[in-house]
Amino acid sequence: MIRIEEKLFQNRYRVDAGRSHIEIADANVCAVQCKEKFCTFCCPAGCYSEDNAGRVTLITDGCLECGTCRVICTEHRNVRWEYPRGGYGILFKFG
Amino acid sequence: MSEHFDAIVVGAGPAGNTAAYTMAKAGLKVLQIERGEYSGSKNVQGAILYSDALERVIPDFREDAPLERHIIEQRVWVLDDESYLGGTYRSADFSKPPHNRYTIIRSQFDRWFSQKVRDAGALVVCETTVLDLHMDGRQVVGVRTDRENGSVYADVVILADGVNSLLARKAGFHEELKPKDVGLAVKEIHFLPESTIEERFNVKGTEGVVIEMAGKITQGMVGTGFLYTNKESVTIGVGCLLSDFKKSGIAPYALLEQMKEHPAIKPLLAGGEMKEYTAHLIPEGGYNAIPAVYGDGWLIVGDAGMFVNAVHREGSNLAMTTGRIAAETVIDLKARDKPMTARNLAAYRAALDESFVMKDLKKYKDVPDIMDRNRQFFTAYPNLASQAAHTLLTVDGVDKKTKERAIRKTFTRARTTFGLFADAFKLWRAFE
Repeated sequence: MIRIEEKLFQNRYRVDAGRSHIEIADANVCAVQCKEKFCTFCCPAGCYSEDNAGRVTLITDGCLECGTCRVICTEHRNVRWEYPRGGYGILFKFG
Repeated sequence: MSEHFDAIVVGAGPAGNTAAYTMAKAGLKVLQIERGEYSGSKNVQGAILYSDALERVIPDFREDAPLERHIIEQRVWVLDDESYLGGTYRSADFSKPPHNRYTIIRSQFDRWFSQKVRDAGALVVCETTVLDLHMDGRQVVGVRTDRENGSVYADVVILADGVNSLLARKAGFHEELKPKDVGLAVKEIHFLPESTIEERFNVKGTEGVVIEMAGKITQGMVGTGFLYTNKESVTIGVGCLLSDFKKSGIAPYALLEQMKEHPAIKPLLAGGEMKEYTAHLIPEGGYNAIPAVYGDGWLIVGDAGMFVNAVHREGSNLAMTTGRIAAETVIDLKARDKPMTARNLAAYRAALDESFVMKDLKKYKDVPDIMDRNRQFFTAYPNLASQAAHTLLTVDGVDKKTKERAIRKTFTRARTTFGLFADAFKLWRAFE
């Protein structure tokens, strides 16, 4: 099993505590309507996870700001996606 | 920040930097806004720099630009689980200056470029995110940033905000990206001593090697892998269509991890220290997916306009070229005292159509669709090719004629004779 945390650990972030730049618009849509939950395996930073009750949790601390989660949520358009405030988020050392 | 500018450029990647530089150099009053802590800190690429596009704006860039290695050898590998079948082109000619292409590290390169933009006279403001566009009717008149009193105004706004192109989307200039039109690439940088890289890749000085890969590493998805040599590091990555990641259920980092374990790749990374993991979307929809790129008071350049040639793996040069042409359009209108209306800015699209950017994209306009509908090019054929090589290259007392017959059989069994011809025709149609 690959631990994504070990990869993300190498990266530099300035986390905007308490101000997530991505939000799930309606948690119920993920839990009840969405069967596939693409975000839980397509996100390259593993920010989305599903609990036993089928609810989706989003923690954006490791976000690489790629846009994948927003683009793949085609059926429900349930991802509210903005860039972090200026100066916050991922700070690529090399890019 | 309530001054009025001739032009505002949003974003400081190769497209935005080239646009801002070109306009500032021509004496325009330019504001460039970047959300990273410095220009480059949000930017991700493989990364190969093609000299030509940059040379056209900064002819002497080699004097101080942070370049890693100039490429003298290009390898193309088709991999199955255990092996690869490949082609290599290496020429000492590529070592003669001026060099045609380089590997670069984007955070350093973009920072250098940004200094050129400042030196040319543009005002560059970092750590500032543009939230949306200010409109006066249909005309874009400025941008609203996340700074206090953060509205700024200009005659024209150049959107160089990258593949996600949030601003144009929010303003309703184009629709959300489709998963089939973007590739998701993940990449790591591994540090190794310079001497190790020289020995391992058979290079010296600033010579470098790139390896492009296809086949089993993408596990049936449409995509490719790559390995580039930098001065003291190698970057390794893999990218596939987002629509394929959705179907496959494979996590992108798991795909990269498996690729790194391939017996032909693993030794190239041995002993390296991984120092960063990145991900990025690549607009690969091609010609048919290009949105409107100009309107009243706005222009779109670079990734935001889908300007990537996925077939030839070119992007940064298209970004720089679209940035330059957009800037030249604005400079020309300004000189003739013409307003920045859609009607006048249409000259941008017309100039693009005349450039290699649109000509190349048009040439390959059917490739994304054909690849999407014909998985065999990424699945069956790599396998067949390596099986064939394996059969031919194993000396086991079986005569060559029998071997050839066996190989032919594997091909017709997998694709039928008609299928083989149809595939050849499709490829010819796609690339002619």
